[in-house]
Amino acid sequence: MFHLALKMLMGDRAKYIMLVGGLTFAALLMTQQNAVFQGLLSWTTSHLRNMRASIWVVEAHVDYANETKPLRDTDVNRVRSVKGVDFAVPMFQGILKAKDSDGADKQIMLIGLHGATLFGRPPQMLAGSLQQLRLPNTVVIDELGVQRLSAKGRPPIKIGDTFEINDREARIVGICRTERHFFGYPYVFSSYDQALQYAPRQRKMLSVILAEPKPGAAIADVARAIQRETGLKAYTSEEFAKVTVDYIWKNTGIPMSFMTTIILGFIVGVAVSGQTFFSFVLENLRHLGALKAMGASTWMLARMLLLQAFTVGMIGYGMGVGLAALFGFAVLPVGQPPFLLEASSMIKTAVAIVVMCCFSAFLGIRKVARLEPAIVFRG
Amino acid sequence: MSVPFKAPASTPSSGTPTAVRVRGVTKTFGTGDSRTVALKGVDFETREGELHLVVGPSGCGKTTLLSVVAGTLDWDAGEIDVLGTRLNGMSKAAVTAFRGRHIGFIFQQFNLIPTLTCVENVSVPLLLNGVHRHRAEQTAAELLQRVGLGDKGRKRPTELSGGQQQRVAIARALSHEPRLIICDEPTSALDRDTGHHIMDLLSTAARAPGRCVIIVTHDPRTYGYADRITEMEDGRVRQVLEGDALRHYVDQHT
Ligand SMILES: Nc1ncnc2c1ncn2[C@@H]1O[C@H](COP(=O)(O)OP(=O)(O)O)[C@@H](O)[C@H]1O
Ligand SMILES: [Mg+2]
Repeated sequence: MFHLALKMLMGDRAKYIMLVGGLTFAALLMTQQNAVFQGLLSWTTSHLRNMRASIWVVEAHVDYANETKPLRDTDVNRVRSVKGVDFAVPMFQGILKAKDSDGADKQIMLIGLHGATLFGRPPQMLAGSLQQLRLPNTVVIDELGVQRLSAKGRPPIKIGDTFEINDREARIVGICRTERHFFGYPYVFSSYDQALQYAPRQRKMLSVILAEPKPGAAIADVARAIQRETGLKAYTSEEFAKVTVDYIWKNTGIPMSFMTTIILGFIVGVAVSGQTFFSFVLENLRHLGALKAMGASTWMLARMLLLQAFTVGMIGYGMGVGLAALFGFAVLPVGQPPFLLEASSMIKTAVAIVVMCCFSAFLGIRKVARLEPAIVFRG
Repeated sequence: MSVPFKAPASTPSSGTPTAVRVRGVTKTFGTGDSRTVALKGVDFETREGELHLVVGPSGCGKTTLLSVVAGTLDWDAGEIDVLGTRLNGMSKAAVTAFRGRHIGFIFQQFNLIPTLTCVENVSVPLLLNGVHRHRAEQTAAELLQRVGLGDKGRKRPTELSGGQQQRVAIARALSHEPRLIICDEPTSALDRDTGHHIMDLLSTAARAPGRCVIIVTHDPRTYGYADRITEMEDGRVRQVLEGDALRHYVDQHT
């Protein structure tokens, strides 16, 4: 009987397409929005992955990774003196104004790395040498920097070229690859001392202290010790990522707006598939009644309806998630919008589709269970 | 398989076993103003091997009687025995299973599934009885051959004429070799010649030893095919005709 159930389903072309289309749309919308949201969330912590330090020591009122409140220079030594700390280095981070080769203003994320160790260095050098940051007025920029700081209609800037940061010359000595920063500005790396010259003069210039624990010491324990003894905030990289994501959830409307769209996709899916499937059942009620008269049990008819509902569900899910993945392949090279399709997102979409199918099938099964087979004798 | 019973005076019992026996069945639809008493104490009986017509004016309760006999409709009072099984007190599920095994249906509106081919439509009762798909379709094709539609197996019902569709429905009703075939107005959606063709088929292909065919109709052209006729009027059986009385009745009405 089940092959006939599928033929009955697909024989009604219009409803079949409507069902598959509705479920595809719902699956696509939910998966794509979730992936963009997850991508955006991953951007909020990309800074941590770019610097790759075990412990981040920040000012006591810093709540998340993309916030900067300056520290005193002396804090570096206070951290160094905490038991279990192998080494601690200063880092500068700040959004500065640069000029591209046409003289147009561009915002950049300037990172000043500790000169002796260059700790916090970018994950991957594509060209040039990081060591040359020890020379005066030198910077390493990332790929986004190449893109943003090149003038329109001219060849991209390269090693040896110069541009201006805050009216001071910056000579490019290397190109690196980074994960895109949450704020969307290109990374420009210099030495710490150089960064202080680029940045506008302020009383306190130190942004973050990056620290590593002694071999064998537990990272979290060392972070707790730093916090206790210095009164500063010390996060392990994981903790900092977690509080950052928590901060986004608690203090921004971003999750809410994505949730709204995802819930909307779910509601549209439920409404379209439920409504279409129910009218499919209503249209076939006479035939279902005839099947019942001919000896089909309610359980048999229920399984037929479940098969029909889950068939369109599976096809819709496959197409929806497939299209979401295609969207991902299209936008990832561009870098905008963020996109991170995780297995858990796909499972969530699958659960939502299963709920839709169960709901649709339930509407039909309820109708069929109450169906009097005697209706087939009525004209 | 026959159930011992006291035959009503109007239907003298012969040696042939009883297929269906209905005693004192009543059925009321609705309540209050919309209350309709469709069956007002009906006694009805058919024998195996018989083609039995139930006739009477529209609204007299023929379809209702057929529905309760088929176990597709609950009734209020009275006893119903079908092929030696008492339907009173049986669960819905048990009645459904019983129907699927022993009863074949032919409807006025054919009730073929339009998205399935003729072979698939005919195979449905077999599939519901657990016959494997391949075997069921083979049998279905043979039955279509028997009703003269051997070449239409891959067509959809909507591509056929009304008479052809009803022949497909006959093939479907016969496919699982049921012992009781129930037809509600099988000819009234068809023109005269086609109606005769369908009745010919029902009286040859459907009739078999041990099988009973009950046909509800108000189409006098079909009376000549009957072994017996039960005439109903206003929710009651008016008379049961066979032998000379039946011949006289048929002559009178055709
Ligand atoms: N489902 C129903 N609800 C209400 N009244 C019904 C229903 N089915 C039949 N009736 C009524 O019962 C009576 C007998 O109907 P039916 O058995 O269909 O007659 P026939 O088949 O002889 O034309 C009619 O008055 C009809 O209106
Ligand atoms: Mg009727």
